[in-house]
Amino acid sequence: MQEKKLYTITIFSENNVGILNLISIVYTRRFINIEGISASTTSIPGIYKTTVLSYSDRETMEKVKSQIEKAIYVVKAFLYTDDEIIFQEVALYKVPTKQMFKRNNLENIIRTYNARILDITPDFIVIEKTGHYNETEMLFKELKSYDIKQFVRSGRVCVTKDPVEHLDAYLAKRDKDFAKMLGTKKADKSK
Amino acid sequence: MSETITGSEALLRSLLKENVDTVFGYPGGTIMPLYDAIYDHQKDLNHILTRHEQGAIHAAEGYARATGRPGVIIVTSGPGASNLVTGIADAYMDSTPLVIIAGQVSTRVLGSDAFQETDFIDMTNPLTKWGIQVRYAEEIPGIIARAFYIANSGRPGPVVIDLPRDVQVGKMEWKGYEHCNFIRTYEGRPKIEKKTIEEAAGLINAAEKPLILAGRGVEVSGAEDLVKELAEKAEIPVASTLLGLSVLPSDHKLNKGMVGMHGNIGANIATNKADVILGVGLRFDDRVTGDVKAYAPDAKIIHIDIDASEIGRTIKPDLSVHADASDAIKAILPLIKEARHPEWLKLFKKYDEIETRKVKNPVLNPPDGSLMRMAEVVKKTSDLAGKNAILVTDVGQNQMISVRYFQFFSHRSVITSGGLGTMGFGIPAAIGAKIGCQDRTVCLFCGDGGFQMTMQELGTIMQYGVNVKIVILNNNFLGNVRQWQQLFFNRRYSQTPMLNPDFKTIADAYGIEAEDVMTREELQGALHRMMKSNKAYILNVNIDPYEMVFPMVAPGRPIDEIMLDEKEMLDVD
Repeated sequence: MQEKKLYTITIFSENNVGILNLISIVYTRRFINIEGISASTTSIPGIYKTTVLSYSDRETMEKVKSQIEKAIYVVKAFLYTDDEIIFQEVALYKVPTKQMFKRNNLENIIRTYNARILDITPDFIVIEKTGHYNETEMLFKELKSYDIKQFVRSGRVCVTKDPVEHLDAYLAKRDKDFAKMLGTKKADKSK
Repeated sequence: MSETITGSEALLRSLLKENVDTVFGYPGGTIMPLYDAIYDHQKDLNHILTRHEQGAIHAAEGYARATGRPGVIIVTSGPGASNLVTGIADAYMDSTPLVIIAGQVSTRVLGSDAFQETDFIDMTNPLTKWGIQVRYAEEIPGIIARAFYIANSGRPGPVVIDLPRDVQVGKMEWKGYEHCNFIRTYEGRPKIEKKTIEEAAGLINAAEKPLILAGRGVEVSGAEDLVKELAEKAEIPVASTLLGLSVLPSDHKLNKGMVGMHGNIGANIATNKADVILGVGLRFDDRVTGDVKAYAPDAKIIHIDIDASEIGRTIKPDLSVHADASDAIKAILPLIKEARHPEWLKLFKKYDEIETRKVKNPVLNPPDGSLMRMAEVVKKTSDLAGKNAILVTDVGQNQMISVRYFQFFSHRSVITSGGLGTMGFGIPAAIGAKIGCQDRTVCLFCGDGGFQMTMQELGTIMQYGVNVKIVILNNNFLGNVRQWQQLFFNRRYSQTPMLNPDFKTIADAYGIEAEDVMTREELQGALHRMMKSNKAYILNVNIDPYEMVFPMVAPGRPIDEIMLDEKEMLDVD
């Protein structure tokens, strides 16, 4: 068996009902757990991006990628290892205000971890930190001793290091195909 | 000019615009408005009422496979829809174009576990090319157009349309119908890359031991004659998968039969001796490859497939051609140099001789007084069926023996459940094939097990007078499982012996002519009577209960490790 590594698959699709199911069943079928997932709109109107993280080997992930691409609504899917992308996650930490103030260490934490405070109430403080998994994890470990009440980490978002925008090129090609098809259709009609 | 009509009427008009003349179906609660509209379209739309939804979908598969046009199925929600699941899985595996229209509870009660509600789209997502729920009547023409385009382009497959009741009765403006031939996110016909084609031609031209493997994709793209031309030009032997068997006529000198578990010896040996394999429209599935690690060790493999996800899925090709089979072969052909490979072809002669002597002769010409063998029944049927006959099979020994010994002379002559191996496929698929191709003789071989899985469809045969010739190869066993028990499970026949009903009496009840064939002497006469009849006919043929299908490659073994019978392995040098 090949060694398991963390892979990121980004999926560009139309934003239709059920798209997430179409993606996730490809993982389920091969019994691959999804470690993290995020989904949002993109800079291209009508195109939606889903980013999925999972541990597996490259060969399996390539098959997963191409099976995801089979779904009609999916425009393209791309497979990356961490060195091919710039990625980020965001984490939120809800800590009791009393605990925080007791130890008088808040400024130090915020500076050390390059975190932000989103809200302070008499009951709790909400801290935000963006970063890679290990960075948000380190802050979590630190805040554990402050009796942290809630901790949540988002799925990954990423952009590629590749200078070529493959998706744009593909969509441009498809638009050209469509224009060409309309052209021949018109020609057919005029006959 | 627009006109206000119901969603149901729009759906039927759309089907007619897609040149649908036959639909298979079964009515029920949530689809009743559509069936009410069908009542007004009885003249232009032939609705075949099967006896079970599974029968409807297998019939539609048979229809689609025989005609090349999408099979259309109409059923109700809940159990009507869920009864289709096996057929959908079957069609997905074997690239059969289907458009499935299933009723659904009204949109306002969706998600409430309303009577006969099932989440049909999600149930079938892993098995369909596309699934969509219609929300408004006015969406119908566009969705039907997309459904037909998706089902029958690219790698064909089943498409599901979930049609809530309120959408069927909803009113819409009919503004005419526009066919779909472009979807931005889906490429039905990938463009061919010139460089890849040149590389493929280069590999083929340099080959000394080339082999073409033809699969269902050849049939789907209508590339049969192109494959033949290519094979003849460079004298390349052609072996087929189960679903590619009618690509070349059985008697063509370059047709080397079937590859795989029960394939022909020459074809399997050649796979592992070839230096270049051109795989056209096949999936290299495990029944074809045997142990993938020992598969085609000396060959450069060129894989032509329109489904990119199939390329490299089991076998990593040296060159992949993501294209429609006919586009690819058409482009390769002019670059192929005429060639002859007499030495290479000798290999087939050698192994064909062994197969004839060791495997074929004993089952085709068994001694007088011995029990009947499946192969002789199939061969004699085939000889009488004519060159335009379609073979339909059920699944199991009957399937393997009938595809091995039936002769094919026309395109689209094999209709069998390949990927899924669906028992019970046979009777309904034969019905659909005959309805699709009235001018062709349709011969079905099934076992006593498979026959009983869908024998309620004898009612469909009765109601519509479908002229299918059914041969039950009856061994009172679930024969294929029994064969494996005999070979690999110490003859422990767990739950494979079967007490069968009197099939002739059952046929009588449906007014279908039938005969029991107990001995070899009765066979020829019975076959003649069956073929001469212009109605459906059933022969219940009692065969040797312990017959086995050989040659055989045990599951997971290398494809050139061939069993000639229970004790003898083929000597390969």
